[in-house]
Amino acid sequence: MDPIVLALILFTLSVLIGFEVITKVPPILHTPLVVASHAMAAIMVISAIEVAGTSGDELAAQILGGIALLLGVINVVGGYVIADRMLANFKSGKAKTGAKGKS
Amino acid sequence: MSFDTVRAAIQSLTPILYLITVVMFIFGLKLLQSPRTARKGNLLSACGMLIAIVSTLLGQGILNYATVLIIMAVGSVIGVYLAYKVKMTDVPQFVAILNGFGGAVSAVVGIAEFLVYFHTGQTPGGVPKNQFLTAVAADAFIGTLTFWGSLVAFGKLQGILSEKSFLLPAKNVFNSLFLLAALVTGTFLVWTGGALDFTKGPVDVTTVAIFLGAVILSATLLGLTLAMAVGGADMPIIIALFISYAGLSASALGFTNANYGLIMAGSLVGASGLILTKSMAKAINRNFWAILLGNITPPSHQATSKDDIYAGRIKATTPEEYVGILDAAQTVVIVPGYGMAVAQAQGACRDLFNELIADGKEVYFAVHPVAGRMPGHMNVLLAEVNIPYDRLKELEESNEILESADVAIVLGANDVVNPMARDAKDTPIYGMPILNVDRAGSILVIKRSLSPGFSGIPNPLFVLDKTLMMFMDAKPALQELVKAWKDR
Repeated sequence: MDPIVLALILFTLSVLIGFEVITKVPPILHTPLVVASHAMAAIMVISAIEVAGTSGDELAAQILGGIALLLGVINVVGGYVIADRMLANFKSGKAKTGAKGKS
Repeated sequence: MSFDTVRAAIQSLTPILYLITVVMFIFGLKLLQSPRTARKGNLLSACGMLIAIVSTLLGQGILNYATVLIIMAVGSVIGVYLAYKVKMTDVPQFVAILNGFGGAVSAVVGIAEFLVYFHTGQTPGGVPKNQFLTAVAADAFIGTLTFWGSLVAFGKLQGILSEKSFLLPAKNVFNSLFLLAALVTGTFLVWTGGALDFTKGPVDVTTVAIFLGAVILSATLLGLTLAMAVGGADMPIIIALFISYAGLSASALGFTNANYGLIMAGSLVGASGLILTKSMAKAINRNFWAILLGNITPPSHQATSKDDIYAGRIKATTPEEYVGILDAAQTVVIVPGYGMAVAQAQGACRDLFNELIADGKEVYFAVHPVAGRMPGHMNVLLAEVNIPYDRLKELEESNEILESADVAIVLGANDVVNPMARDAKDTPIYGMPILNVDRAGSILVIKRSLSPGFSGIPNPLFVLDKTLMMFMDAKPALQELVKAWKDR
């Protein structure tokens, strides 16, 4: 199979899976969803790693790759950590017996 | 076993490892469907990301490990630092700036791959020239658009830029021109770039580089005008929309170097952004397709004079007076709006909630989908002050509860509780789903003044017989309510 056809098939199927899975996320979790999907989009770091690490003697490409890698890693790590921080706050009423709110 | 054998093994397995990553992303998103499992889902998706990164590091013949690892370490430290430092009220700005980074990453990597192609005549992963060039053009375009658009959104949310919708004269003409320019120069880019013959030594790449520059310039202009045109109330939409763009640009990047992991993960996120945009559009009464084309904020409405509707019909109250009504109530619904977050009144709100609960009352929070500055923002703010999530009710459920609620407290919300949305055809909010606060037995509106919401129209809710206004800042109002409640 022509790789471009394979790529288009994967693209379409992923969009459909995305629609299916994400429609079921309740509005209450939309902010964490946004932040987490951000972190996922930053999977671009793997391309940044390739460019930064394998461009050989093409210095300009290496520098651009390095910048992209830095921003991408901030994106991945920042995104996941803040999503985790938010989700840690979501507690059910039953689990919270007698818990006093902070500050 | 030498490192090279390991590398070769991992390299041949890379597509499988990326597939595992994507499957973990999908299950991570599935776990996000319930607040109980969401945290696990996020962790699962982070582990998937780790697999992709490690397999790339090991499998892709990296020449300068030291540099790559140092950059990654620095980036991780910055990321963790920012994530712990940001306040929950500022998450929308944070997301906007991260989104901008995402767009930049995608565009910059595309350009870097382009430079390598110029230099060597080799496309990454050996993809066909035309596919590579088309994908680079698309990637540079979406990435740049996302970068500038997100930056403007950040400026607006952070208060650096004016929140007002800024419209170029003949905006649609300009936007269409920018888009057309990008398409034309992009086509030329593919055409001239594909015709380069690398077999006869070094080639002159000036023309191709100019076309790439033109694509980037068009995307910059388009991103700026799109985002500048968005007014404050519509920020949740633009945030959702740019997430979709960031996902699509990741996908486009995947097409440049035949990276199936990127294509799948990117389109997953692109879909997620589109769904959110669609649900935001519905919640705020905007046309989804108009939004995709950049017509987010409609022209502002000529407000009917508020004096006509409010004159002499407003009843004011004080915290001390109001405690009596609260005491008699059994079911209380609190309707928080962005005003609550601005006043930093979440803590005071929680205190009132705890007092009422301790007294055996049923208390719920009615959260409109666009309350706050990004999709679902209000829930995060309330969860942060330890309001249990089973008390946070979505639109439909809220309206069921409101039918039989004794008291509804409107806290810094306005347009989302305006009954005019149901029947006043000539208002900009007509048709927007609202919280039916006017169905509650008695209504308390805590608001500093009678100033209108983002839509600029007056709110007849304020003059109902059963409505009382408390003209105070949300925080002191709630604090005094709590105090009066304890002293009663």
